[in-house]
Formats: sequence, structure tokens, C-alpha cells
Amino acid sequence: MINSLFLISHSGDIFLEKHWKSVISRSVCDYFLEAKEKAGDPENVAPVLQTPHHYLISIYRGKLFFLSVTQTEVPPLFVIEFLHRVADTFQDYFGDCSEVVIKENTVTVYELLEEMLDNGFPLATESNVLKEMIRPPTILRSVVNTLTGGSNVGGTLPTGQLSNVPWRRAGVKYTNNEAYFDVIEEIDAILDKSGTTVFAEIQGVVEACVKLTGMPDLTLSFMNPRLLDDVSFHPCVRFKRWESERVLSFIPPDGNFRLMSYHVSSQNLVAIPVYVKQNISFLETGSCGRLDITIGPKQTMGKTVENLTVTIPMPKSVLSVNLTATQGTYTFDLTTKVVLWDVGKLNPQKLPNLRGSISIQTGSPKPEENPSINIGLQIQQLAISGLKVSRLDMYGEKYKPFKGVKYVTKAGKFQVRT
Amino acid sequence: MSSSSAFNEEKGGSSSVGEPEYGHDPASGGIFSSDYKRHDDLKEMLDSNKDSLKLEAMKRIVAMIARGKNASDLFPAVVKNVACKNIEVKKLVYVYLVRYAEEQQDLALLSISTFQRGLKDPNQLIRASALRVLSSIRVTIIVPIMMLAIKEAASDMSPYVRKTAAHAIPKLYSLDPEQKDQLIEVIEKLLADKTTLVAGSVVMAFEEVCPERIDLIHKNYRKLCNLLIDVEEWGQVVIINMLTRYARTQFLNPNINESLLEEGGGADKTFYGSDEDEDEDEEEKEKKAEAAAMAKRKPYVMDPDHRLLLRNTKPLLQSRNAAVVMAVAQLYFHLAPKAEVGVIAKALVRLLRSHSEVQYVVLQNVATMTIKRRGMFEPYLKSFYIRSTDPTQIKILKLEVLTNLANETNISTILREFQTYIKSMDKDFVAATIQAIGRCATNIGEVRDTCLNGLVQLLSNRDELVVAESVVVIKKLLQMQPEKHSDIIKHMAKLTDNIQVPMARASILWLIGEYCEHVPKIAPDVLRKMAKSFTNEEDIVKLQILNLAAKLYLTNSKQTKLLTQYVLNLAKYDQNYDIRDRARFIRQLIVPTEKSGALSKYAKKLFLALKPAPVLESPFKDRDHFQLGSLSHLLNAKAGGYQELPDWPESAPDASVRNVEVPEWTKCSSREKRKEKKVEKPFYSDSEGESGPTESADSESDSASGSESGSEGSGSASESEESGGVSVSEEEEEEEEEEKKTKKRELKKAVQESESEQSSEEEDRKHERKMKQQKSDSESESDEEEESESESSQSESDDSESEAEVRKKKKAAESKPPSKPAKRETTKEKKEMSLLDLDDFEPAPSPQVTPVNNLFSNSLVTDLEGLSLSEAVLLPATITPSSVLKSYELLHRITGEGLSVEYCFSRQPFSPDANMVAVQMQFTNSSASDTKSLHMEDVKLQSGMRVKEFPEIESLPAGETATAVMGIDFCDSTQAANFQLCTHTRKFFVSIQPPVGELMRPVFLTENEFKKEQGQLMGMNEITEKLTLDAKCRNEHAIVQRVTTAANLSRVPCGSDKECSPPVPPPEHPVHRFAGRTVTSGSLVLVTVATREEGAAQLTINCEKMVIGTMLVKDILLALTQ
Repeated sequence: MINSLFLISHSGDIFLEKHWKSVISRSVCDYFLEAKEKAGDPENVAPVLQTPHHYLISIYRGKLFFLSVTQTEVPPLFVIEFLHRVADTFQDYFGDCSEVVIKENTVTVYELLEEMLDNGFPLATESNVLKEMIRPPTILRSVVNTLTGGSNVGGTLPTGQLSNVPWRRAGVKYTNNEAYFDVIEEIDAILDKSGTTVFAEIQGVVEACVKLTGMPDLTLSFMNPRLLDDVSFHPCVRFKRWESERVLSFIPPDGNFRLMSYHVSSQNLVAIPVYVKQNISFLETGSCGRLDITIGPKQTMGKTVENLTVTIPMPKSVLSVNLTATQGTYTFDLTTKVVLWDVGKLNPQKLPNLRGSISIQTGSPKPEENPSINIGLQIQQLAISGLKVSRLDMYGEKYKPFKGVKYVTKAGKFQVRT
Repeated sequence: MSSSSAFNEEKGGSSSVGEPEYGHDPASGGIFSSDYKRHDDLKEMLDSNKDSLKLEAMKRIVAMIARGKNASDLFPAVVKNVACKNIEVKKLVYVYLVRYAEEQQDLALLSISTFQRGLKDPNQLIRASALRVLSSIRVTIIVPIMMLAIKEAASDMSPYVRKTAAHAIPKLYSLDPEQKDQLIEVIEKLLADKTTLVAGSVVMAFEEVCPERIDLIHKNYRKLCNLLIDVEEWGQVVIINMLTRYARTQFLNPNINESLLEEGGGADKTFYGSDEDEDEDEEEKEKKAEAAAMAKRKPYVMDPDHRLLLRNTKPLLQSRNAAVVMAVAQLYFHLAPKAEVGVIAKALVRLLRSHSEVQYVVLQNVATMTIKRRGMFEPYLKSFYIRSTDPTQIKILKLEVLTNLANETNISTILREFQTYIKSMDKDFVAATIQAIGRCATNIGEVRDTCLNGLVQLLSNRDELVVAESVVVIKKLLQMQPEKHSDIIKHMAKLTDNIQVPMARASILWLIGEYCEHVPKIAPDVLRKMAKSFTNEEDIVKLQILNLAAKLYLTNSKQTKLLTQYVLNLAKYDQNYDIRDRARFIRQLIVPTEKSGALSKYAKKLFLALKPAPVLESPFKDRDHFQLGSLSHLLNAKAGGYQELPDWPESAPDASVRNVEVPEWTKCSSREKRKEKKVEKPFYSDSEGESGPTESADSESDSASGSESGSEGSGSASESEESGGVSVSEEEEEEEEEEKKTKKRELKKAVQESESEQSSEEEDRKHERKMKQQKSDSESESDEEEESESESSQSESDDSESEAEVRKKKKAAESKPPSKPAKRETTKEKKEMSLLDLDDFEPAPSPQVTPVNNLFSNSLVTDLEGLSLSEAVLLPATITPSSVLKSYELLHRITGEGLSVEYCFSRQPFSPDANMVAVQMQFTNSSASDTKSLHMEDVKLQSGMRVKEFPEIESLPAGETATAVMGIDFCDSTQAANFQLCTHTRKFFVSIQPPVGELMRPVFLTENEFKKEQGQLMGMNEITEKLTLDAKCRNEHAIVQRVTTAANLSRVPCGSDKECSPPVPPPEHPVHRFAGRTVTSGSLVLVTVATREEGAAQLTINCEKMVIGTMLVKDILLALTQ
């Protein structure tokens, strides 16, 4: 399956290699680097490349390329999914998945990779199992290790792999037992010039942070599970219970995990929380243009829209912008030509407005297209689909846990065409 | 030394990456000296007896390996530490060893003994890890040792070690392919493993070592299907991909009918149709006839194993792992009947929310799928709309999908979208959009003109790429519709005045030249204008002017001769040699001179050859001959190690190969018989011997498909055919039954399949079968199995791993294809009935025996359980006579205006649908007049609940009483079923609410099984209550009676598992156990009443459904204490 893994920095530096079968020379990466040069934007590098003797499958995460090399047929998604899982594990262990962090923790990274694959086939990918074998570095532990010569490899043998709930480590103990669930919904929408919705849907996830002693068996039920159209679960969720009773019954992993992700049935009309009045025009003569954007609340269910941001990727010929914002601040990145307007809280009484002029390189023709506007926003304490958790029950343990549910609505890929 | 190590420690445990080697000796400029020094230093640290120093050294070495630096010269120093006590040091040494062993084979051998010792360790994890490292050392010399270790580990007690052994197999195979045969033996052994831990890994090994040995899978097929959901996600992917291939070799194409209809309309159906059963048919005739005939006459019947695979993989579409979802999707795409493939669309669309790499792969596959199955993704059209922030490669793939999805109804929306895309900043994307518009235009005639006009407008775009692309697309479109050319060409000719983009000008000139015959007046004029501006044109335009001139000269030399001469002369002195060259070439070719060669005769043909219209088709067309989701599919080229997805077989291979254990008697059915039925076997033959007849009833066959399935397995069925010559197999009866016996029978003679038997024959057949039943033991056994199987269909939720359970589950799974569960259940239940009381199909009371003993399988334990069976049968049968059944009032005499209705839960299996609770209703007409047409209407139910109405009672004379049975599927809830009871004059609103005890049916378990099941239903599934028994209820009989009255459970015989030992005196404080299953979901309900001194007792209920458990506790408590 996976022969080798190379970690390549944004600039093309191969800073880590790991082989599970015979060693493959790192020169194989040259094919990839060449493709990367050609593509320009790292996002445009094809995830699967063919070279005379190898196949290169790569992902781009955190300004890093995870490049795996395989010699034989393998489902590409298998490798891609695995690489993302590796990146997730790094994120989980080190709080970040960047070149610096990985270089700092090479040995831990190496130990992790060693456990995650055996002969190129995934062995242990559950974070709970891995953490049992290799403890994540903390400042305290690294100090202690330095003084005592201790290690971050678990002293006990990992039994997680043997259990039938491999995602949960055994012998979990907490003094404060708590279980938090965040219902996070994202609105994906495309609005056209006139403000009508071309396409809108709601995607949601339930993120959980469960810190419970022992082997709790949880049941989470919703007031209105019918809203959920398409769901996918963490392996801990009992699918049968969901099928028959529409409740989530599971023995949770320890710590943070994504319990489920869902798609709200498309019959429901999607409430669009804000409207955007925009006018971006480039003058035919003279190298300048005008921009005027106003944002107002639309269907916010009485909540405040927060963290409102507006991102406008300008045409490449734009030289500079001269704008005034009635609220918040804006920046213009000269290299990427992106206007970023950080509005903050949306005040319905005084609608935020950004207006001013755009200057274009002299001599270059008027851009034919208008840039699209990307909106970011957040609404606390609201799941825009109306999904509500009705209750959480715990079985199998005696104590009373502290339970909490939080709702957040965010803008996902929320785009206004102009 | 001390200072340097202090320095290192200061840097922290894991920060050895910072290239400390340079820190040691900043003065030394040369890398070599520093290397030398560093390694010396490391060796010293490794030789020290301090673990912390060793660890530090190892960390630095591993960091070197990670960076790709050579650390091989440290091998001797490192390998010494292989037996180090410190776990982390040891692990890092392993890392080093595996990396460099290949290069230093001799030295690596030093470490082998350590691992050999590890293989014998009592701790399974150490054994596993030793095997893992040992097998990762790529040293040929140790192949025999590895082989031995793998063989031993394959029969290790610990599944984890066996898993490791499975992982080691491909390692050894890649090291020494000569071991293949031995390794296959190990794989075969491990494939039989029943644990989920091993399944994924061994299939992985199978795929790498011997993917061609598909025969190894047969016996494990059903097990793999059933284990699938519990296998870890990576294993799931591998297993599903393998099973896709397997299914392609073993089952028939479920879409065979459609594909036939599509292909040829089945020209000779009728001809061959009549004799399809004549088995003496010659082979080739058979082949042709088979397909054609089937399409027409016999509906395709899916092999239950095929169905099992589809059903068991479906839930995995909900996996969080994109690879699993994709694997299931491709399985459905390649294997499922057309109507069912749709379920995967939603899941695939969900994946589009994921990382862009996932999107990329998924879109590639969706693009292929949309070509064959467009309808599937049409509802999700909008999910493929493109955002300006998508990476270009994603945009282009989405565009591909949108184009494939375009049809007459949605084309206008799609074109509107495309119009937005054309304005994008991403020029590659715009070009692709224009191509896409072109494809839409060719595919959908209605919009061709609109598209063409739109494209013509794009010609004035400022961007060269856009213009060029548009012209190219317009050119392609024009080539397809020669008759409409002139208008657009004229229009384009006009554009030459305005359009300055050279590429566009060149393209227009080419078009005019190519179709100059269609625009005879304009073409010379264009050439005139061009000749005028020739010197100022770009090179490509000049070339096309030459082209145009040449073509016009050939077609219209009168008007253009001089112009052509002029242009050629201009070109002759052009600065660009290409143009000069071309001018010379053209002149030689077209202008006749005495020197001109033979070619000039063909000048016209050369220049004005009819250029084939380019085909605008998706690059994803026909990609589906590669297994979807595979690397080969993505690259559209066969990757190394890719296993071809085989074509469907013409006729299904023997399905019985998947039977796990074939009981002796199944082989007794005559050879001849089987041969005779060869033609039909693909359609009727069944995988499971003992469940033969029932299984084929599952399939969607409608009545015409009288089945021969029994021929393989079931003695009863085939024998009946044989002896009777009138071969009605069970399911026909069932079907009839479903049709309320009114319809004529479809009988199948042994030789032909005609449906023309009168129901009068039914009697005969029954007699025959009865006789036969008495005749042979095997016969009765098979009956029993049928029962067991039908019961097991309800026991799906059972998690027990025991052999019998697994088999049952399989059967259960097979017998419940999701599409038509109701019907299936029905047939099953009926079968049971028909076998037991052959002369009565009415769901009238029949002995309670059936549901109790029907959990049996034909496994070895049957004999053993024979004893306990009698006991178990007796108890409920004697204790719950119908008199005990509690009646409830449905309609009072007063409100019913003389009609009173009572109902009771008869506790009989409701034959039309096993998932329903039978409700027996007694209608009493105490009014003076007749009541007519009693029936029910307007059933109001909670979601999920279903009702099978009782047959209408035509008339109920005054003073008479009538009974009827209806079935209600309460969905394991105590929600009432509301409906209207209608007479010819009135309607009454009534409702039936079941006591929780009626929502289950008894099952038979031995004490051991009971305890085992109980052990699995601990924790929140267990409810315990202490109670004091009612004074009258302290003996065994009373307790049993009260519990069985309160709930429809059967008693678990105590001590039945110790049948062979001498009888044990009854214990002082007996424990009574009862078992049942909920009717709808089949969840086990286990009740334990443990008596103590002085009437104290403890009631324990284990049930997966907590609500049921809680309610049942209350009911039983009440029954025992009052």
C-alpha cells in the first residue's frame, strides 16, 4: 500500500522521510516538485501523480505537502484519507501541524508513523490508542523527561488495540466528569447579483469533548431528528439504534472527537442570515473603479451576527484600493490582491458599509469580471436549521456528569456573486 | 562528554532535530570531520550504560534517519541495544534496525534471537511486536525463520497476534515470492478466522499475495459480509473492494434484463422462450436463449448472497471515512440493480464537503458514474455548482459533472450557471466552460442555437484564450450541422473587421476557407480585405490567409486567381520563413505549371478533404471498465497490481460453494435432477442448501418464477419434485397464500415452467408431502431448519458469535432484502405454517411449538437440544392455553349499537408478516339486524407502524359471533394503533394498545446461551428489581405461569446444558429464566426471576431496548406480587 512518506515544506524542502518497505530514494519527489512548480498554486497540484515507477499521492495541509509513494494499485482515497488522519494526529498531538512543530518533534512523529502503519497498511489510527502508546508531549512532561531521562513512550503495553471499543482507552479517570457537545452548523450558499439564492444548504457537525471516568455509555437524542437528511458517524455510534430510534447511542472516545456530521434535508428552506448590497464597478475609461458594500441582517432569528468578515479577491490588475469602512477595519494584500474587511458585530441600527475607489494598473484593460464576495460570520447560541438536542443520558457509570450543549452557526462557503 | 550531553539535555527530550551536530564543533568547517566526530560521540553514548544517554543518542540517530541522512555506519553500535530494557530505546532501535537491516544483512542477524525469544513471550503484545519487527527485517536468510514464526502466530490464541501474522504475510511474500504456496495455506487458515480484528488484515494479505485465488473466499464470504460492519475502517475498504470482484465472478448481472432490452429488444425471445426449460438444449442455444428468454419471461432473481453483500455494505455509506464510503459506492455501482444504485449519490455528495483532495477523487468517480447513471445525481445538481474559491482542478471536474448531468429539463439552469463561469478570472476554467457549453450544445439539440449564439458573442471577448476556445468550439459545432453554416459563417466574416485577437481571426479564416462553398459571395471579399491588411497581420493569421487563398483558388479560381497570386507574392517576401515556406508549397501545389508533379492533381482533394467532425465526448466515457475508486480508474491507465473487474458470468457458478457446512442429506438429491435444472440454476439455485426454497422466495420473483431452488440443497423440495412429477416448491404456495388462495396455482412441471395448474391439485401435493415427511428423517430435519431459519430472520440483532448464531444471522440477513421486507417475512412465515399444518393456511391457532423451537439450527447441537426441546415446548404450550389469554374490549355493545368487539393477543405467529403481532378479534352482533361488510378503514399509526387488516367480514347475522385476525407491527412500542371499524352503516373509532408483554415472542435458549446473551446485555441494558412474591405464587409452576401470562416469553430449561451429566437435585432457591425477542426488531428480552428465602425474589431483565425493559419490569412485578 503505502511505501514511503515524505513531508515537503511549502518551499519544496523535503524535511522528513519514512519508509515502510524498501527505501525509495527521495529523488522521486522531483516529479512532484516539478508538478508543483507547474501548478503554481499548491491547491492546484493534482493529488495523484504518475511517475515511471511509482505513484505519488499527496495532500496539502497546513502549508505542508504530505507525499506518499506507492508502487501498486491502491484506492487513492484510502491513502488520502490516511494522510489526513496523520495530519489530524499531528494536530492533536502538537496542537498544530506545521513544519516547525514537526521538526521540533521529529522523534515523536517518527514513533507515531511507525505505529500508524505496518508494511504500508494502517495499523493504529485511533488517537486514543496512539496516545496510550506514545504520550503527547506537554511542557511539563518534557521538563520532567529532561530531568529524569524518562520517555514519552507509554510504559504500559497498549491494550486499546485489543479491546472491542478501540477508540476508547481503558482506565480513564477524571475528578470532574463533563461532557460537552457543540452543534456547529455551516451555511453554504451562493447568492447571485440580485441577492437571490442560487444554492444554499446547511451542513452541520456535532463536536464532542467528553471527559468521563470509566466506560460510560451515552445516548444523545434530538428534538427533531427528522431534519437530518444525511449523516455520517464516528465509528463509536451504534448505527442500528440510529436506524430504529433516531438516537445516538455510543461509548465515547476520551477527549475531543467529531461525533457526527450531517446534512440538513434540502427540502427545508435555508435561512440566510445576512444580505449584501454591493456595487462594484470598473470604469471603462480611466484606470479606476468603485466599490460600495453594505451588509444588513436578514434572517437572524433574533440573534446577533458576530465575527462578520468580508473577503474580496480582486482582479490581478488592481493596483490599490482606497476605501472607508464605517465599522471595523479593512486590509488589502498587495500580493494576493485580496481585500479583507473585518466588520465584527453586525449592528442592525447602523449597517456597516465599505466604500471607496479602486485603482487599476494604467494601461491594463478594464477587468471583465467582478470579483465575488465571500462572507464569514458567526451566530452564537443558534443552530440555523433549528436542530435541538433534547437530552443526553448516561448509562453504565454511577456518577452524575456535567453536561453542556452549545450551538453555533457559521458561514461555510458563503459566496455572493457580483 | 559531560558538557555535550548536558547541552543536549538542555535542548529537551525531543528536540534533537536542530542539527546539533554543528553545535558540537563550530570550528570544524568540513562536514566529514564533523560527521566523524558526531558518530564517534553517538557510539560512545550508545555504549554507555545509562539509559538516558542511549535514548538521547537514539533520538539523534532517528532524527538523522528522518532527515534522510545516512546513519548506517552506526549499525553495530545500535544493534547491540536491541535487548535494552528501556522501551523507548528499544522502539527506536527497532526503527533503526528495520531501516538499515537490508543494507547490513550479516549484522542484522545478530538481533534475530531477541525476536525469536519475543515470539514466545506470554504477553500477546510482545509476541505481536516481535513478529512485526522480525517480519519487517528484509533479510533473505531469515525467510525460513519468518515462515515458521508466521505459521505459529497464525494459530496463536490472541487475535492481535494473528492480525500481526496476517500483516507479516505480504512482507514475506515480497521478500521471497517462492514461499507463495505456503503463504496461501496460512492465508486460507486466517481467512477462516472469525474475529473482526483479523479479517481486514488477512484480506489485505490475500489481495497482495493471491488475488487470483477467489475460491478461497467462498467459504468465508458470508462471514466476511456479516463481520464487515465491525471491522476497522481500513480493513473495510480492502474487504469491500475484494468482495466487489468476488461478486462479479459469482453472481449474475442484476441489470441483465435492462441491458438486454436496451441492446436488441430480444428479437428471438418468443422462439426460445418456450423451451427454455428443456434442459437437453445444446449449449450454445442455451446461451443465447437464456438471456433473451429470461428478459422476457423470467424476472431476474438475485442470489441471496448477492443481496446480503448489498445490504451489509449499505450502512457503511454513513462512515466518516471517505475511503469506506467510496468503496461502498463503487460496490453499488458495479453490483447493485439499477434501481438501487441511487442510494450512493447522497453519500458521495456529502464527501464533496471534505478536503479538496477527497473532492478531487470523488468528482473523478462521480464524473464516470454520471455518464452511465445520470438520473442518480440529478437531484444534487446544485451541489456541483462552482465557487470562485474552488481550486481550478476541482472546478474543471465539477464542470465535467454538470455537463454530464445536463439534459433538456435542466439545461437552461446549467447554461445560466455557465454564463456566470465565463466571467471568471480563472482563464483555464473559462476555457473549460466554453468546451462544456459546446458539449451541451452537441448533446442537446434544443439549445444548440442558443449556445452557438452565445459562443459567437464570446468571440468579441478580450481574452485570447476565450476567443480561441470559442472559435474552436463553434468550429466543432458547425462541422456537425453543415446545412446551417452560412449564417454563422457570414456573421463571423463580419466580425473580422472588429476582432483583433489573432487567434480568432485565424480561426474565422479557416472556417471561411473550409466552408467557402457555403459562402461563395463573402469568401472572396474576405480574402480581398485580408490581402489588403496582409502585411500587418500576425503570423498565424497570415498562414490562414494563405490557406483561405489556396482553397478559394481551387474552388473559385475565376474570382480569386489574382488575389491569390497577390497574397502568395506578398508571402514570398515575408520575414517569417514559415510563411515563405508555406507560400512556396502552396504555389507549387495549386498553380499548374509544367513542372508541377503528380500531387497537384490532387490539390483539391488535399485541401478540401472532408474533415471529420470532432467528437465532443466526455473524457470519462468508458472509464468504468476500471473498478471505480481505484488508482487505475483515476489515472485511466492500468496500475501495477490492478485486478481487472471481471465481467458478469453468463450463468451463475454453483452457489452452494459458499455453504459453510453442507449437511449429509443435502447431497442425496439426485444428480440427474440437478443436471436437468442446469439452465435455470442461475436464477433459482440457491446458495444455502438447507434454506434453499425459502431463499429464492426472497428474491423479487413474482409468481411466474416458480422455483427450483430446492434442487441444490433442500431434500424436501427436490424430493417432492422428483416423486410427484409435480414440482411445486414451497414458495409458490406462499405466494398463493399471499394472494389469499384465490388465484390459481402456478405449478411447475419438472420439465417446463408453465403456470397452469389448478388449485385442486394442491391437495394431492400436500398428501404427497405429508407422506414424504414421514418417510424420511432427513425430511423432518429439513423442516426444522426451515423453521429455525424463519425464526432467525427475526434475530438479527443478536450479537453472539457462536457458530450457530452466525449462521442464523446470515440467513436472517439473506432473508430480508430491504426492498420488500414485508413480503419476504410473509413468505417465510407462511412456509413455516405450510410445513406444519399443511391443510390449513389460515392463521388460525396452531400449536405453539413452532416459534419456540425454531431457533434451532441444524448444527450439531440439535441432538443435544432435542431433550430440552420437549421440555421447552411443553411449558408454554400447557401453561398458556387460550383461556389464559386476556381479552380486551375494543367496542362496547352500547356504543357499537349492538356490535361488540373484543380482542386478545393470540400469541400466534401472524403468518402474513412475522413482524406483526397477531390480534384476534371477536365480533359479536347482539343487535336485531345483520351487520354487513365489517372492515377497517382510516388507520392512524405512529411512524413505522404497520397494520395488516383483517379480511372484510361480509355479513354478521344477528346474534352471531365471528372472529378475525389482524396483524399489527407496533414497532416495539406501546403506541396505540388507531383505526375506524366500519360497518355498512356506521364507523367507530377504536384503538388497540398492546401491553408490553405482547410485543415479544418466545425464543428458545439453553441456559448457557442465555447466560452468554445476558453477559452481553449488561450495564444500561439490565434492570434489576427486588420484590416479594405473592403468597400464592411461590412455587415454580405459579411463577412460570404468571410470568408467561404477563409476557409472551418462553422458559429457559434450567440445567439443560448439562444434559449428559446425571440429574442434579433441584436447588433450594431456583432461578427461573425466560427468553423472548421483540417482534419487530428481534432484540432479545431476557427475564430472570431468582427466588430467595421467604418469597423474596429478584427480577432481572436484560433487553437492548431499555424502554421495553422498564415497562416489562413493571408488568412482571405486578404479576408476581399480586
